[in-house]
Amino acid sequence: MTSVPLTAGHVPDAHDPHATSTGLDNKKIAIWAFIGSECMLFASLISTYLIYKGRSKVGPFPHETWTDPSTGKTLNAILNIPVTSASTFVLLMSSLAMVLALAAVQNKNVPKRTTGERILGSSQLWLLATAALGITFLGFQAYEFTSFVHEGLSIRTNLFGSSFFTLTGFHGAHVTAGVIWLLTLFAIDRKRGLGPRDEVNVDIAALYWHFVDVVWIAIFTLVYLIK
Amino acid sequence: MTHSTHPAADAAVADHHGAGIEHAHPTWSTYWKVATILTLITAVEVWVYYVPAIVQSRWFVPLLLIMSAVKFAIVVLFYMHLKYDHRLFRALFTGPLIIAMVTIVALMFLFGKLAARVGALG
Repeated sequence: MTSVPLTAGHVPDAHDPHATSTGLDNKKIAIWAFIGSECMLFASLISTYLIYKGRSKVGPFPHETWTDPSTGKTLNAILNIPVTSASTFVLLMSSLAMVLALAAVQNKNVPKRTTGERILGSSQLWLLATAALGITFLGFQAYEFTSFVHEGLSIRTNLFGSSFFTLTGFHGAHVTAGVIWLLTLFAIDRKRGLGPRDEVNVDIAALYWHFVDVVWIAIFTLVYLIK
Repeated sequence: MTHSTHPAADAAVADHHGAGIEHAHPTWSTYWKVATILTLITAVEVWVYYVPAIVQSRWFVPLLLIMSAVKFAIVVLFYMHLKYDHRLFRALFTGPLIIAMVTIVALMFLFGKLAARVGALG
């Protein structure tokens, strides 16, 4: 299978009214600086979770069963790994859809001859698919949070609950912001069509979305899998 | 699915190599391969979680951390194009990332969380 390179290199033009002293788009510099700062935000939240891990006085606990001494009721380990694995897969696939959306915008002017090329070249399809997968991930998270509350774990129950809901809640808020951003791009695409001139705008949305994905990669391992 | 070859990419890499300017980005097939690798690593991570012999082994945590780091790096390098992008973007991301990781490790040592694990490995 041969492949299409999705973008060629970009040489800044000195006469370009948007030219910058670095030769790089300021929006891209800004989004990378923002992502860098977000790394430190999530590092602080992950640190807090890890420090408090195993220090809760009362259950439910993430990986162990717990018997409430006052009621004699036994609570199972609360994390649901099969459900979270499914949501992780959904988020990984959303990243694939996002790169395909960006590639479709970059190659908008390239003629599409086959059905496969037309599908790969549909930015609306891939933007909508990315947003839909993001919403599915949020649905999984809503289900997880609801089931935890029903099983007796809220943000005020113990240290695990406080740090877990804060960390995953912050991540969920980022996914929500990403979904709104993607749906905005989809609406613009529907209205006037996104093309190569919009490449940077879609690129920065894609960078944000992939960052949300890499944060989840860390959370999935550190919070859910490591006992 | 069929794809065609686009000769401009290699030329773009050659033209801008060393100038610190963006290089050619990955191909569609690269993106599909990356997605497959990410899915496989995730499947192995979950499988490892359910194998008692591995869970009780002292390599359980390092194994999961390595797999997670590989996934992290693959997404950043290929999906976020950092492998192909300008070095300023690399610096803007890796600088804070290093600070963040050092902060996590330092706090874990400070609160005595890592000392026990390092002792167990040794």
